[in-house]
Amino acid sequence: MSETNTAPKLGGESDRATSGVEIRLENVTKQYGGQRQPAVDSVTMTIPAGETVVFVGPSGCGKTTTMKMINRLIEPTSGRITVGGQDVLRLNPDELRRGIGYAIQQVGLLPHLTVGQNVGLVPGLIGWDRKRIADRTEEMLDLVGLDPTEYRDRFPKQLSGGQQQRVGVARALAADPPVLLMDEPFGAVDPITRGNLQDELLRLQEEMGKTIVFVTHDFDEAVKLGDRIAVLGSQSRILQYDTPEAILANPADETVAGFVGAGAALKQLTLRRVRDIELEQLPTATVGEEPAAFATRIGGRKGAVGLVLDDRGRPLRWVTRRDLDRGGGSLATAGRPVEDSVDRASTLQDALEALLTADAGYAVVTRSRGQYAGVVGLDSLMGTIRALREQYEDEDGAPDGRQGDGPSGSQGGGTGAAHG
Amino acid sequence: MNWLSDFGSFVAGRWEQLLFDSYLHVSAVVQCVVIATVVGMLIGVAVYRSPFGSAVATAVTSAILTIPSFALFGLLIPVLGLGVPPTVTVLVLYALLPIVRNTIVGLASVDSSITDAARGIGMSRFDVLTRVELRLAWPAVLTGIRVSTQMLMGILAIAAYAKGPGLGNQIITGLSRVGSANATNAAVAGTVAIVILALVLDAVYVLIGRLTTSRGIRV
Ligand SMILES: Nc1ncnc2c1ncn2[C@@H]1O[C@H](COP(=O)(O)OP(=O)(O)OP(=O)(O)O)[C@@H](O)[C@H]1O
Ligand SMILES: [Mg+2]
Repeated sequence: MSETNTAPKLGGESDRATSGVEIRLENVTKQYGGQRQPAVDSVTMTIPAGETVVFVGPSGCGKTTTMKMINRLIEPTSGRITVGGQDVLRLNPDELRRGIGYAIQQVGLLPHLTVGQNVGLVPGLIGWDRKRIADRTEEMLDLVGLDPTEYRDRFPKQLSGGQQQRVGVARALAADPPVLLMDEPFGAVDPITRGNLQDELLRLQEEMGKTIVFVTHDFDEAVKLGDRIAVLGSQSRILQYDTPEAILANPADETVAGFVGAGAALKQLTLRRVRDIELEQLPTATVGEEPAAFATRIGGRKGAVGLVLDDRGRPLRWVTRRDLDRGGGSLATAGRPVEDSVDRASTLQDALEALLTADAGYAVVTRSRGQYAGVVGLDSLMGTIRALREQYEDEDGAPDGRQGDGPSGSQGGGTGAAHG
Repeated sequence: MNWLSDFGSFVAGRWEQLLFDSYLHVSAVVQCVVIATVVGMLIGVAVYRSPFGSAVATAVTSAILTIPSFALFGLLIPVLGLGVPPTVTVLVLYALLPIVRNTIVGLASVDSSITDAARGIGMSRFDVLTRVELRLAWPAVLTGIRVSTQMLMGILAIAAYAKGPGLGNQIITGLSRVGSANATNAAVAGTVAIVILALVLDAVYVLIGRLTTSRGIRV
């Protein structure tokens, strides 16, 4: 995936592979003819290499216009835009665009070409040979979860909306561009498909480390996908530009708070993974063990519970001292079954959900093969939220675009967690 | 019945002449349609982005079509003389309207998200026009060409007055000698031949449409 020659690549500093390059906007303004106010008014921001930056903002605030100026589908009225250090206004616009993946809500597949031909368009434009294009097309369709043998020769009209959007993403990625512009690419599908597409984009980005500019109306989508979120006001003014965690913990003003919407604390939990916090340990016993001995280990404290594991270490049942004192049975039947568990990659929100349904007051965390690893309790969840809030209250960053010059301190730290 | 066998023997007797005139007729129409297609598509491509240009091109080509063909020949003969030059000019002018209009409509109705995406992934203006817009507009353009062809089949018959080629000569010879032997036969033979050829050509267009339109945009 690294043999393209589209645009110069800068080194990335994050732990995941970075093939993306930095994008800078300096005092970029767009004034459409015949309008009194500019649609985009002097925007300055830096989009770090290899990060996903999401533009959110109300309809008509200039998100699309700002994005399209990066690949010069719209020419800025004034200001400077660089991609990987190169001034885009000095490049041939067609060549510039071949180095920048582009996916939009309406998808815009060419209806007279097959899925395979659509995906192979950009490689064809930059002069790859047939064999290489064919291989690449196959690889890309696989990547977005469409079986090449089944879908390659179909026409766009023979696909569902979600499948078309997948093909749109495959087409955008086909020539392995360092930069990806996505304008509400998952806008036109149902919430479940949208969730799947988002998960896939996250997975892809994990491997690719491209610089992605993503436009959406949906703040939850922004939180899920973004390393940083730029909350834009009218004329694309940057109201806040920060990590999702920072924006959730400490919105810059009323407007941003309104955009974040209700349930900011719950959304914060989606940003942290179980592996980010320290697990608690409960007393455990294997099914074969003596109930009385286990009862002593659980102890008499109010609310104390223990976990019965099967002989391969997988959690089976919650038991309290009272369950065991009732006596008679073996550990295989005492207490209540463990119905839900999470693993280390799950979000803390998943953990909260499991915790609330388990009525033991804990969510069980398992390792890869389902073995017991520990538990998450309500206290540690609350502690996490409290810590986040305190962390971002200290910072109190001014909401302007200039603070985004490279991942610094806590922002960089938060970034890793967002994608776990 | 009597007339029919009479007509049959007329056709049998003039078989070669009829066939030759038919050939000339189709050949003239097809050549003029080809010229009109090239010119018409160029005009369409030149103006389709501008609403004003589109309106002017459509208005001018419609205006041409409202001139009676007989009158147009009359106007052109003093300038271009007799025979092929006025014939080709008239046929091409008449063929323009459907082709120009359908090219404009076809190009204008290409979904802007498709061209936006095509530009966005790095296709040049020219690529977008030739590899996207014209491909998508093609079924509409072809319909225009088909209409023009049908129209020209009839109009060419009039060209015989300007000493043009084709089956019009049969008809005009017939009409100018009404009453004499075989006059009606000649006119009918010419007319019927035109109708048959027009139907055949139409079938050819259906075939061309099939072969030149991607399965992805066939309705
Ligand atoms: N081609 C154009 N000509 C004139 N004005 C335009 C043009 N495109 C957009 N605008 C105006 O510029 C402003 C910003 O539009 P833009 O499409 O960037 O908004 P957006 O944030 O992407 O909105 P949405 O979320 O609805 O897609 C709007 O007021 C719009 O009316
Ligand atoms: Mg938009």
